[in-house]
Amino acid sequence: MMEALAAKDYYIASFLLIGIGTYVMIAAGNLVKKVIGMNIFQTGIFLFFIASAYVEGGTPPLLTSETPHVSPVPHVLILTAIVVGVALTAVALGMIVRIYDDYGTLDERTLKEVRSSD
Amino acid sequence: MTDLVPFVVAVPIFGSVLAFAAGIARPKTGWPVAAVASLAQVAVAGVLAAATFGAGPARIAYVVGGFETPFGIELVVDGLSATVLVLVAVVSLGVLAYARRAGPRSNAFYAIYMLLVAGLSGMTVTADLFNMYVFLEITGLTAYALVAAGEDSRSTVAALKYLLVGTFGASLFLLGIGYAYVGTGTLNMADLAAKLADADPVLAQAAFALIVVGLFIKVAVFPLHTWQPDAYAGAPDTVSALISALVSTVAAYALLRVVYTVFGAGFLDSTPVARAILIGGAVVSIVAGSLLAVSQSEIKRVLAYSSVSQFGLILAAIAIGNDTALTGAAIHLVGHAVMKGGLFLTAGVVATETGARTIDEFDGLADRSPVAAGAFGVLAVSMVGVPPTVGFAGKWYIAIGAAEAGSWALLAVIVASTLLTLAYFLRLVERMFFRAPATVPADGRSDGAETPASSSTGMYATVVGATVCAVALGFGAFVYSTQMQATLTQLLS
Repeated sequence: MMEALAAKDYYIASFLLIGIGTYVMIAAGNLVKKVIGMNIFQTGIFLFFIASAYVEGGTPPLLTSETPHVSPVPHVLILTAIVVGVALTAVALGMIVRIYDDYGTLDERTLKEVRSSD
Repeated sequence: MTDLVPFVVAVPIFGSVLAFAAGIARPKTGWPVAAVASLAQVAVAGVLAAATFGAGPARIAYVVGGFETPFGIELVVDGLSATVLVLVAVVSLGVLAYARRAGPRSNAFYAIYMLLVAGLSGMTVTADLFNMYVFLEITGLTAYALVAAGEDSRSTVAALKYLLVGTFGASLFLLGIGYAYVGTGTLNMADLAAKLADADPVLAQAAFALIVVGLFIKVAVFPLHTWQPDAYAGAPDTVSALISALVSTVAAYALLRVVYTVFGAGFLDSTPVARAILIGGAVVSIVAGSLLAVSQSEIKRVLAYSSVSQFGLILAAIAIGNDTALTGAAIHLVGHAVMKGGLFLTAGVVATETGARTIDEFDGLADRSPVAAGAFGVLAVSMVGVPPTVGFAGKWYIAIGAAEAGSWALLAVIVASTLLTLAYFLRLVERMFFRAPATVPADGRSDGAETPASSSTGMYATVVGATVCAVALGFGAFVYSTQMQATLTQLLS
C-alpha cells in the first residue's frame, strides 16, 4: 500500500494542490487569497502534466543522445499554460485593484454589504 | 484555398494589434481599424464557407508550420465550423456597428474586441485539443476584460467572478486534456479519436468527464451558470450582446466537437454515464433556467437566464446525437446567437432612449420607442419558437431528432421548454404593447444615471438587421439542413 502510494507521490501532490487550491478559492473571504487559490489549483494541474512526462533514466530528445528519450510535448504545453496563468493573474489583480479603489475593501462579505447598501 | 484557413485567426489578431498601435498615435481610431478587420474577417469566413458548402471539398485542412498531421497543429474547416465561423464574423461586425455610438470607445476596447474574435475563430477551426484550450483561454481572458469595461464598478465585480469561475472551468478542461494525453500520447482530434478506443477506458472516461464539466462552466449550464447572469447584467450593453451571442455559443460548439470528433458516438453508446451527464445537464438547465428567468425583474437578467435554458436545448441535441438533432443544434446555435444578441442590443437601445432597464419600466414601450418594441417583440416570439422564425426551426429539428431516437421524456422537456420560454417573454410582450406607460418620468430613479439620449442609425440598423435575420434564417433552415448532411455523416461515422 505504502509502496504503491510512494510510487505515485507526484500525482498525490498534484491532486493535493488541486484540492487545496479549490478549497482556498471557495473558502477564502479575501479576493487576493481567492486568486492565490486559483494559482495553487493551476499549479496542481501543471505538476500533473510534468509528473506524467517523467521517464526513468530518460535523456533529452536529441538525435545524438541515448534512448529512452523524454517527450518534450508536456513541458511545452505547460510552458504555454503557465503563460496563460500569468496573464489571468495579471488581469485578476488589475480588477482587484479597481474593486479596492471603488469600494475600499477586499473582503467578500464586506463587499456584499457595501454593494447592497448603494 | 487551404492557405486561407490560418487567416481566420491572423486577420483579427492583426486588427487587434493595429487598433492598439493606432491608439498610441491618435486616440479614438480604434473603431475604423476594427471595422476594416471585421469586414476582412467576414470576407475570409464567407469564402471558406462557400468552399465547404459549394463544390469544393467538404473538409478543408491546414497544418500549421509545415509539420505532419498528428504532430503539428491542424486547422480544419468543415460544414459545422464554417457555420460558426461565419456567425462569429457577422455578429462581431454587427455589434461593431452598434458600438460606434453606444461605446465604449477607447482603442484598448477595440483591441480586446478583435482579440476576442480571434480567440473565438481559433476555437472554431482548431483540430488540436491543446490548441483549443489556448484559444479557450484567449476567449476567456478577453471576455473578462470586456465585461470589466463598464463605467460602474458593478461590472468589475461581475468580471472578477466570471474570471475565477471561468478559469476553474478552463483548468478542468486542461486536466481532461492531460488524461486524454496520458492515455493516448496525442493531441490531434482525429488521431485521438482513433487511439482513445484502445486507451484505458478509465482514463478516457475521466478525460470525458473533466472536459465536459469544464465546458459546461463555459457554456453556463445550470448549476454551473452562476457567473453568467452577473456578467451579462454588469457588462456594457455592447459587450453583453457580443458575449451572450458568441462566447457560450462557441463553447457549446467546442463541446459538440469534442464529444463527436474526439470521443465519438461509439463512446457515448458504450458509456451510458457519459450520455447521462449530457442529458442531466440539459434537462436541469432547461427547467431551472426558465424558472429563474421568470423570477427576475431586470431585463438583462431575464435574457441571461433565458440563455441558460436555451443552451440546455442544445445540450439535449448533443446528447441525442442523430443527424436531425445535430442539425437542430447547429441551427439553434446560430439562431440563439442572432436572437439573443439582438435582444440584448434592443434592450440597450431601450435603455438609451427611455432609461428602462426593468420589466416594470417596459410598460407601454410600444408608444415610447416603437421600433425597439417591435424588434423586441419579434425576437421574443422567435425565441419562443413560433414559425416561421429561426427559433422554431432549431427547436423543431431538435424535437424531431428526439422523437427519432425514441427519447420521449426528453421530447416532453423540449416541448415544455417552449411553454416555459413563453412564460417569461409573454409577460414582456404584454407589458410593451397592451399597457399604458407609467406616468413617472425616467429621471427620478436611483439607478437612472444615464440621461435619455438618441440612438444612432447604426444601433437601429443592427437591431433591425438581427430581427430580419431571425425571421429570414428560419426560411433558410431547410436548405441548410440538406447542405449539412455531408458534414454530419462525417462527424457521426
